[in-house]
Amino acid sequence: MTQSIENVVPDAATALEQQAGPGTARIEGRGPIKLAWTRLRRDRGSMISLGVIGFVVLVAIFAPVFAWLTGHDPNAQYYGADARTPLGLPVGPNSHFWFGTDTAGRDVLVRVAYGARVSLVVGIGATVLTIVVGLVAGLAAGYFGGIVDTMIARLIDVVLAVPFLLFAIALVGVLGNIGLGMLIIVIASFGWASVARIIRGQVISLKEREFVEAARSLGAGQLRIMFVDLLPNVVAPAIVFSTLLIPVSVVTEAALSFLGIGVQPPTSDWGEMISDSAPLVAEGQAWWYLLFPGLALLATTLAFNILGDGVRDAFDPRSDRLIPMRKKAK
Amino acid sequence: MIRFVARRLTHGVVVMFFVLFGVFMLFFGGSPESVARRLAGRQATQDQVQRVFHDLGLDRPLLEQFSTFVKGIVTRGDLGTDYYHGVPVTTLLKQDAPVTISLVVGGAVLWLVIGVASGVLSAVRPRSIADRTSTGLALLFQSVPAFLLGLTLINLLFYQLTVHGLAWFPAGGYVPITQSPFEWARHLILPWLTIALISAATYTRLSRTAMLEVLGEDYIRTARAKGLREWRVLTRHALRSALTPVLTQFGVDVAIALGGAILTESVFGLPGLGRESVQAINNQDLPVILGVVIVASAAVVLANIVVDVLYALLDPRVKLH
Repeated sequence: MTQSIENVVPDAATALEQQAGPGTARIEGRGPIKLAWTRLRRDRGSMISLGVIGFVVLVAIFAPVFAWLTGHDPNAQYYGADARTPLGLPVGPNSHFWFGTDTAGRDVLVRVAYGARVSLVVGIGATVLTIVVGLVAGLAAGYFGGIVDTMIARLIDVVLAVPFLLFAIALVGVLGNIGLGMLIIVIASFGWASVARIIRGQVISLKEREFVEAARSLGAGQLRIMFVDLLPNVVAPAIVFSTLLIPVSVVTEAALSFLGIGVQPPTSDWGEMISDSAPLVAEGQAWWYLLFPGLALLATTLAFNILGDGVRDAFDPRSDRLIPMRKKAK
Repeated sequence: MIRFVARRLTHGVVVMFFVLFGVFMLFFGGSPESVARRLAGRQATQDQVQRVFHDLGLDRPLLEQFSTFVKGIVTRGDLGTDYYHGVPVTTLLKQDAPVTISLVVGGAVLWLVIGVASGVLSAVRPRSIADRTSTGLALLFQSVPAFLLGLTLINLLFYQLTVHGLAWFPAGGYVPITQSPFEWARHLILPWLTIALISAATYTRLSRTAMLEVLGEDYIRTARAKGLREWRVLTRHALRSALTPVLTQFGVDVAIALGGAILTESVFGLPGLGRESVQAINNQDLPVILGVVIVASAAVVLANIVVDVLYALLDPRVKLH
């Protein structure tokens, strides 16, 4: 305990000094987002994670560069001695295939690089959609109350009662194989419920506050109150939720592809590669085929989780809790 | 108390009703012919599709079909027919359920023990090496997807050990507990570990936070001042109230664990509900998926009710209303 005080106090003191400056006492207005960013910048884990995420993003954007560097197309199958053993099995890392090859003689390095694209597009896309739907539903339920609230709250209960992966399996079963856009919608159609539940709770207590009353007295319409007055007040939990939702979406996408119901071959995808490697790994072969996509997936989710933790602490330094999945107050 | 339980039960029934409605609309929406083809399975002939059409009375109004569907479930526990295998869906589910139940229940016991123990240990000695290690591991395991951890465990604890002559853990398969409890457990150790390590992470952090908070309370000081042994203070006084957030999370996690079970069953080749539904996708065997979704949702709803009731029993501060 004492240690933490020592940690905090000098920091606060130096911060004050810097702000006050010698002579000129300048007081700067700082919004909650700016305050949080200042705190986040001091968190080493978050900054390293941000670096890792930046790296993954660069790899995704410049995936063709890997194909150009190695001269290997992500979907091309190679037959040379450095691509396949005489028995047709994958070959480990060598000078031509830096991360080795897979069962079809394809370059694992290039495929891992291209796989980053799917993971990030689905991870971030699904998160954005989840947050937008969750925010609108939560705002509407909390603000309007009554029948609207009852209906949305019931829907939230129902969605949360169905185990997500099963829900996805059922959707894929009915819709048939799905593309990237549909994958994003499937993930979001489940995730919005927990976001809406949190936002709803916040809005219910916020709407009784004076500033909402004031806006109403000034003649503001309902949409204006919802989106201009209430929305900025729930931005903080929404940002925290987003950073924690991205790794969940990335893992979900990989899991669906692992089960063979997500991204369809021959598209490069980490989950699909891991699933492909499974029978070999159980026999102690082709460790590179599991290791590299596995590491890429783990590094991405771990970085987002650490960053998410940091972001949450930055917005609410007192919090020490994992994903805010508390029960809704009745 | 009885009124509280009754209220929670009613709420559960209402939720289940809407789940049934949603699932029904998902599978039975669309033109009657397409529904019949959808439910008949991939290789169904035109005759078989016709039979499905008549069996289910798909030409009736949708709401009438829905009421037959609900009536069948409530009065006879009838979840429809698996046309692909030609047996009632419930027959398949009864076969697979013990596997999934073994997996989830065993995993849950393990993760609660690992999670709460490491969390309490962390809280008792905050900022110690043990604390840092367990919080760090918690973050790591929380980020690992179940299938990745499962495959890693297979490689390390099955392949590497077996190669070195220690064939302790099989890589998969299932032995019913009725046949040999020992073999049952031995085959489930790796799957249990997979589920437990991932879920335990949440509990480590949750119980650490809760314990830290509780240990700062006045009544803990009072208990210590009375001269109680530290062990008794920790278990009887602190842990009891620190467990409430853990319990709440447990209700939420049953749903997540069922999802994790699908992946774990696939990795370890366990013939449970999850693998059944993944196979059903490949066979276009939708009635099975329909059945699994309904049973799993009912399990989640029921688990949440049990947790709420336990919550009220454990923490006298919870108001019943």
